[in-house]
Amino acid sequence: MDTIIHWLKEVINYFSYPSWSFSMFAICFISALFIRRIWTRQGLVLFLLAVTLGGWAALKDENFNTTLLKPDNAPIFLMVYGFGICLFVAMMQAHNNDRRMEQKLPPAEKETSDQKTWVWPDLVYIELLCMILCTVGLVVWSLTVRAPLEEPANPGNTPNPSKAPWYFLGLQELLVYFDPWCAGVVMPSIIVIGLMAIPYIDVNPKGNGYYCFKDRRLAILTFMTGFFIMWNFLIPIGTVLRGPGWNFFGPFEKWTPHKVVALTNVNLSEYVWVRWLYPMGNWLHLNWMSGGLPVTDNTLSLHNLWQVFKKEFLGIGFLVFWFLYLPGAMARGWLRGFYEKLGFGRYSVAIFLFLTMALVPLKMYGRWLANLKYIVDTPWIKF
Amino acid sequence: MLPLFDKIKENVLESQVKKSIFRVGIPNTDRKRVLIMLGNVFLHLHPTKVRTSGVKLRYTWCAGGLSFFLFLVLTLTGVLLMFYYRPTVDLAYTDMVDIREQVPFGIMRELHRWSAHAMVIMVMLHMFRVFMTGSYKPPREFNWVIGVILLVLTFLLSFTGYLLPWDQLAIWAITVGSNMAKATPFLGAGGPGAEFLQLNGVPLIHAGDDARFLLIGAKELGGITLNRFYVLHCILIPLVAIIFMAVHFWRIRKDGGISGPM
Ligand code: HEM
Repeated sequence: MDTIIHWLKEVINYFSYPSWSFSMFAICFISALFIRRIWTRQGLVLFLLAVTLGGWAALKDENFNTTLLKPDNAPIFLMVYGFGICLFVAMMQAHNNDRRMEQKLPPAEKETSDQKTWVWPDLVYIELLCMILCTVGLVVWSLTVRAPLEEPANPGNTPNPSKAPWYFLGLQELLVYFDPWCAGVVMPSIIVIGLMAIPYIDVNPKGNGYYCFKDRRLAILTFMTGFFIMWNFLIPIGTVLRGPGWNFFGPFEKWTPHKVVALTNVNLSEYVWVRWLYPMGNWLHLNWMSGGLPVTDNTLSLHNLWQVFKKEFLGIGFLVFWFLYLPGAMARGWLRGFYEKLGFGRYSVAIFLFLTMALVPLKMYGRWLANLKYIVDTPWIKF
Repeated sequence: MLPLFDKIKENVLESQVKKSIFRVGIPNTDRKRVLIMLGNVFLHLHPTKVRTSGVKLRYTWCAGGLSFFLFLVLTLTGVLLMFYYRPTVDLAYTDMVDIREQVPFGIMRELHRWSAHAMVIMVMLHMFRVFMTGSYKPPREFNWVIGVILLVLTFLLSFTGYLLPWDQLAIWAITVGSNMAKATPFLGAGGPGAEFLQLNGVPLIHAGDDARFLLIGAKELGGITLNRFYVLHCILIPLVAIIFMAVHFWRIRKDGGISGPM
């Protein structure tokens, strides 16, 4: 029995590594959205049972217990249950309405949307009840779990790992793959701008004021990918699976500061000039090809700019292709209908946001599959 | 017995004192149900009648309402904490210890901290609900934008409060967060492009005036940071949040109340 449990833990540790867990979560989550049978009361009960029993069993493990039950990790529990339940409540109604609309019935909300209810007493009492339940929950929580207070601040003693507040840990996790200017400043800004742009980009008039899935598939899948897979999934990863040195530790692995991880990340330009062009140039006896990585410095001379461009041509070419060629090509190709509906301005903004969002997993996979460090590495800005 | 009881009840509920406060007696007629909503400044946030489908718990999850309620809980518990907490490097931590150790059954800090976490989650859930019901579609586009601003303000409120206990957890979390500001393009001393902003060889953006300096008030986290975060956390951000909430609530009604199918 013990060996089986031990073996099981090893397997879970192995598959918790972000490349595996992120991919598996993304695939399972997206496909699950389409499967109606999951989004039922039984599904919800099963989900709650699985999370509770699984969590309870896992907490028997000493290492998982210490990492998960750190003082400020209480919100992780609330997140898993809160988001899980709400996802079910939303998707249950969405699929139910889809089914109704397939039978040419209006959405369920329509049955009562023409009637009016007195705010006093009906709504006021619902609100009162919610407030009381919420208060009771907060008081019980406060009586049972103490707010954390660690040693007094000591600027000379850096804890390892140092972590941001839990809700920013998804962004901190992205620091593994992106530089701070990108993961810490530009991406949050684009997230905020992108969220604000949603109502102006999504011109689909369907699904206004009721739950549904089928009629708004593209919008819902995009939002869910950002919200659940890229934001909410990376938070527990950053909280529970990142130990000293921000190294990865499986849930049942002990955090030690001595874990050594070989850093062998390689820039795209090194792939190009050292691994591909160099042997090819030798073989073809072309000197310009076999010269290795072009030498650059950080001056702004024309010569140096040319050297930088030469060194990074593939990465720059990729970005040009990604942001300048793809939008146009897609507008003429399989997104033609979308383009015509949105018009040039809206389409440009929408496609820029889509493509930027897609770059995040793309670069993560670049790291996992090819140890990719930077796509473009100039002396002034690295991406 | 019963007639007497009814008599007392009527005297209390229809008394001059009660009427002077609430202006309406027992709201047992439609007219009074309207009057009670209109005569009370708090209830008057609501209309007198709402779309039945929008009242259902399974539609809104009460997530917006509970976000607001948690904000109120945080205001109340926060003010109580402010009575005891002094935002200086010498006193902040010991005040925390006192609040924790010296008050029998004291749970103000717990209430404040757990409500803060709950509010962050609740606001995210509310956004998810609004998305799933397509409630950001016309005519509610602008209220969604206001909502996104409220989401950011909620994060900022929580983030600035995180520093105040002045323990290891606090300063290192804020260090990690505020170091990001250093990497702001052009405006952070370590960010891309900052090196180009020079005047006759003198850098315009350096550790003494960049985005991080603006955030923490010094080159390193210290007493002035604590003071700055305290003011942001207790005064500026709540004020701004209240203004945006007022607009948010106002717009819910101006946009036709809780959304519903056409
Ligand atoms: C401090 C944060 C917030 C508070 C206190 C708040 C409060 C509320 C309340 C009380 C409602 C009434 C309906 C309900 O309870 O669901 C509401 C509706 C709404 N909220 Fe928020 N909200 C906040 C943040 C947000 C965010 C982050 C968004 C979106 C990004 C948002 C967008 C909306 C929209 C579009 C409506 C209208 C929904 C409808 O008509 O169905 N709000 N908000």
